[in-house]
Amino acid sequence: MNKRFVWGAVATLALGAAGCASLPGRPTAAELDAQTLAMLKASFRDEGIATTKRLEQDLGQQACSAETAPPEGVAKRVEAEALASIKWPTGGQYLGDWREGEKLAQNGRGMTWTDKSAAPSANGANCYNCHQISKQEVSFGTIGPSLYNYGKIRGVKDPADPASAAIVQYTWGKLWNSKAYNACSNMPRFGHAGLLNEEQLRHVMALILDPRSPVNQ
Amino acid sequence: MKHWKLLAGAALGLLAGLASAQKTASDAIAEYRALLADGNPAELFEAKGEELWKTKRGPKNATLERCDLGQGAGVVKGAFVRLPRWFADTQRVQDLESRLLSCMSTLQGFDSQAIAKTPFGKGEQANMEALVAWISAESRGQRMQLPQAHAAEQRMYELGKRAFFFRGGPMDFSCASCHGEEGKRIRLQDLPKLTKNPGDGVGFAAWPAYRVSSGELWGMQRRLNDCFRQQRFPYPGYGSDVTIALAVYMGVNAKGAESIAPAIKR
Repeated sequence: MNKRFVWGAVATLALGAAGCASLPGRPTAAELDAQTLAMLKASFRDEGIATTKRLEQDLGQQACSAETAPPEGVAKRVEAEALASIKWPTGGQYLGDWREGEKLAQNGRGMTWTDKSAAPSANGANCYNCHQISKQEVSFGTIGPSLYNYGKIRGVKDPADPASAAIVQYTWGKLWNSKAYNACSNMPRFGHAGLLNEEQLRHVMALILDPRSPVNQ
Repeated sequence: MKHWKLLAGAALGLLAGLASAQKTASDAIAEYRALLADGNPAELFEAKGEELWKTKRGPKNATLERCDLGQGAGVVKGAFVRLPRWFADTQRVQDLESRLLSCMSTLQGFDSQAIAKTPFGKGEQANMEALVAWISAESRGQRMQLPQAHAAEQRMYELGKRAFFFRGGPMDFSCASCHGEEGKRIRLQDLPKLTKNPGDGVGFAAWPAYRVSSGELWGMQRRLNDCFRQQRFPYPGYGSDVTIALAVYMGVNAKGAESIAPAIKR
């Protein structure tokens, strides 16, 4: 990950900004940006696994931290770096067990300051928080699109068939690093950020792509 | 309290039934709220808060009746819908809870840093919950009208806006990830869009609130603390500037929204 700013530099900027702010007139946007970073640094503290290192933004986080989308050139760079970061599955094995995938999709735990471990084994995949997936689960969120019939709609009859390769690979890439296809996607980077391991990702893949999964009935 | 938990359990069961009957989540929640509307348990906290306000306590054995919440010493009605605001004596923009900390320190002699470090729901923090329940209830039905005349209030709005959109942590979330669009949910929980006025008694105009699921009264500080936990961020200090800046941003955006605080939540 590219750490695009250093706290020392932030503090220096903020001091400069405070000096300017005492002059007549309103602080500039750049001064307010620097003051925001200084405020965050002063306001948060480490708690368990949730340390203040989590406030150090990489290029994509920084580019997508405004009300408006980043310039196209920046977005393209974020997407290119994200695409290059994708680790493809060992031995070309993309799908696991959809039953395990459903358990992971239901599980919203992990990575908070009350969680003991940041290891993937301690984490759920959080899918239902934001997506409809199987028809049976009516308690689903709507921040992301519905994934009901995800494989079926895309014509995946046999995930191992070369005809399905493009959609299978895209789906792996989306789960590994969602920003490869949309710089400011709301979706976490499950592989890239170490939220889920390869085996867990294979199970989630199976949930939405295996023709035997209830999702594709 | 036991009675409330039983009633809440029944209501939650009904809620689940309604949801599966394909009603929208908000319809179901509205009916659920209506079920409890005749008796919000927040009233118990309000009564305790009023008592605390008028009771001599702390090393200085004083009441809070001379506390200035922004409308003059001892004026409680109308204060809540005008907070956070700038206070000349502390040279800070303060929300209700950080302002109460100042009053508890200067008037009653309490150690404000010790209270800020006390876990939610324990010791003086439990008293704080009762105080914010009563003080917010004294402005129930009034409309949000945070001041923005002072340069420091305008600055805090701008910092709050930037904090609202600031992405970080292992899941890349900002406040805007959940509260930046209309009509979104996490599971069945509706998410108000907080970059504008989300409506009467919604979002900023609904906290403090009594939480049926835990039987607790949460102030805005605790509400924001739990948002940051779920955002997978590090821990925000109680009354820290990021919490106050966000409250200014949400509160100013909610201008004109009717306050129903303390509300009742699932």
